[in-house]
Amino acid sequence: MATVDTNDQAPGTEPEEDGVRRRDFLNIAAVSVAGVGGAVVLLPLINQMSPSADVLALSSIDVDLSAIEAGQAIKTTWRKQPLFVRHLTADEIAEADAVSLSELRDPQTLAERTAEGHKEWLITLAVCTHLGCIPLGAAQGENRGEYGGYFCPCHGSHYDTAARIRKGPAPTNLVVPEYEFTSDTTVTIG
Amino acid sequence: MSFPWAEQYKPTNPFMRWMDDRLPLPRLVYNAVGKGYPVPRNLNYFWNFGVLAGLFLVIQIVTGIVLAMHYAANSSIAFASVEHIMRDVNSGWLMRYVHANGASFFFIVVYIHIFRGLYYGSYKPPREMVWLLGLVIFLLMMATAFMGYVLPWGQMSYWGAQVITGLFEAIPLVGTTIKEWLLGGFAPDNAALNRFFSLHYLLPFVIAGVIILHIWALHLPGSSNPTGVDVKGPQDTVPFHPYYTAKDGFGVGVILILFAIMVFFLPNYLGHADNYIEANPLSTPAHIVPEWYFWPFYAILRAFTVDFILPAKLWGVVAMFGSILLLFFLPWLDKSPVRSGKYRPQFKIWFWVLVVDVLILGWCGGAPAEEPYVMISQLASMYYFAHFLIILPIISRTERPRPMPNSITEAVLGTDESAAQPAAAS
Repeated sequence: MATVDTNDQAPGTEPEEDGVRRRDFLNIAAVSVAGVGGAVVLLPLINQMSPSADVLALSSIDVDLSAIEAGQAIKTTWRKQPLFVRHLTADEIAEADAVSLSELRDPQTLAERTAEGHKEWLITLAVCTHLGCIPLGAAQGENRGEYGGYFCPCHGSHYDTAARIRKGPAPTNLVVPEYEFTSDTTVTIG
Repeated sequence: MSFPWAEQYKPTNPFMRWMDDRLPLPRLVYNAVGKGYPVPRNLNYFWNFGVLAGLFLVIQIVTGIVLAMHYAANSSIAFASVEHIMRDVNSGWLMRYVHANGASFFFIVVYIHIFRGLYYGSYKPPREMVWLLGLVIFLLMMATAFMGYVLPWGQMSYWGAQVITGLFEAIPLVGTTIKEWLLGGFAPDNAALNRFFSLHYLLPFVIAGVIILHIWALHLPGSSNPTGVDVKGPQDTVPFHPYYTAKDGFGVGVILILFAIMVFFLPNYLGHADNYIEANPLSTPAHIVPEWYFWPFYAILRAFTVDFILPAKLWGVVAMFGSILLLFFLPWLDKSPVRSGKYRPQFKIWFWVLVVDVLILGWCGGAPAEEPYVMISQLASMYYFAHFLIILPIISRTERPRPMPNSITEAVLGTDESAAQPAAAS
């Protein structure tokens, strides 16, 4: 009758030479199977909170650039977040290129922040890297800040014409999403 | 609580001692499902089903909380949100199939648990309160399952809600008012869907609370056992851990294998195809039946076809609710002092007749409302009530029980003295 934690061994529970009983092996095997099984069950329970297929299906958009004149910017939505598409003027490009990288908090050249051969198209998230407000400067007449790019009214971050942080609390430049020119006037973002 | 020879909780680890003085939760666990809870040594596998019911409640709550993250309780998008769960949400199909089949498995294990109690007389003194609380849990489960089935807002959902709330119309004078109050309208719509969702989320936690009372009431006298003979001494018991944790663990493994087969290979076997059609208030499905676990009660409801003093509809509703309320009086209907059906030759026969009777009722409840099923339901319903109201009271007085063992140990090992040594004297 005695089984666990007693000295009188039932048949089949005699200690092996190394002192390990059959029962020890069975206990470890059973608990391991339950443990691994329980851990595997956690995967779908956790993964169900990741973006679902319908959300991912909307994760890339096409933007038509043909109507945006130099000096204008539009605001659109990408992955439920606002997005700036700015057509830079030659002056603005020159102004951005004139800045030396050592002056910048987050050093990047305008060329690094635009697509090759499309330096006049500056595409960035319209989400201030400080705490997530939408900076001003896309629409006509809005405050573009001291550096002529964007200005975040929440906590006063100033971005220059390449949407790089120049003054204020934001830690990094406005984020440039992944995008690709599919023709001269359309761009696929995401 | 428990027997005087129960192992005492004596933490050796300083942290556990510190903890024990401040929040003796480990002590509670030790005394409830650990070494500190002595259990009769002769429990068979039918005693696994309480733990299995608890397991399925946990599965339902976990998957239900997940589904509620993706479901929208609004009649215009509820159906689409369920399809969204099935197609778009990561592992959403798994969560929904586990939840839907989990409900069926919850009822399967609870029905076996209830019939275990009926056969072995678990409702008898001193465990009447355990039985009564169990019936409360059963009623709460039925309400929860019904409201959960409405949420996908398919055809069966809608017409199930229509039919079940229509039962309340049978109440004289105030019936229609009650139905409109329950639905928040004249027919199931957005108001009903929202309150059903709210209550469907609430009731499982109420069930969990009543389960705590159920286990508390059980642990005062301790579990019954297949002989029905009281525990007389330490030789009759073994500690819950490791003996019954291991035995329950094995049962959990077996039921999860069966459950996985249903979820992965037959996920819609127990459902109705009509529920994949969005609710349409202008078209009733040709063959409308509830989920299988309601079939026996549905058969009783439909068995009354003739007005007799009261309208037939009211009789059906009264009989259906009565068939469960009746069980609340069971401890006082069956006065036989012998608990286990094993030693009751007459009771044992009638018990199996009841099992077959309930299976027949279930079969009729799932069948169309036409002959011969109506006639069979009428006979089976009659037997159901006669079993509890006539047969049990009579045989509990007239039956001559078989000789019972003097103790659990004797039942297990025979009268051989030398073998009857304490088992867990470590």
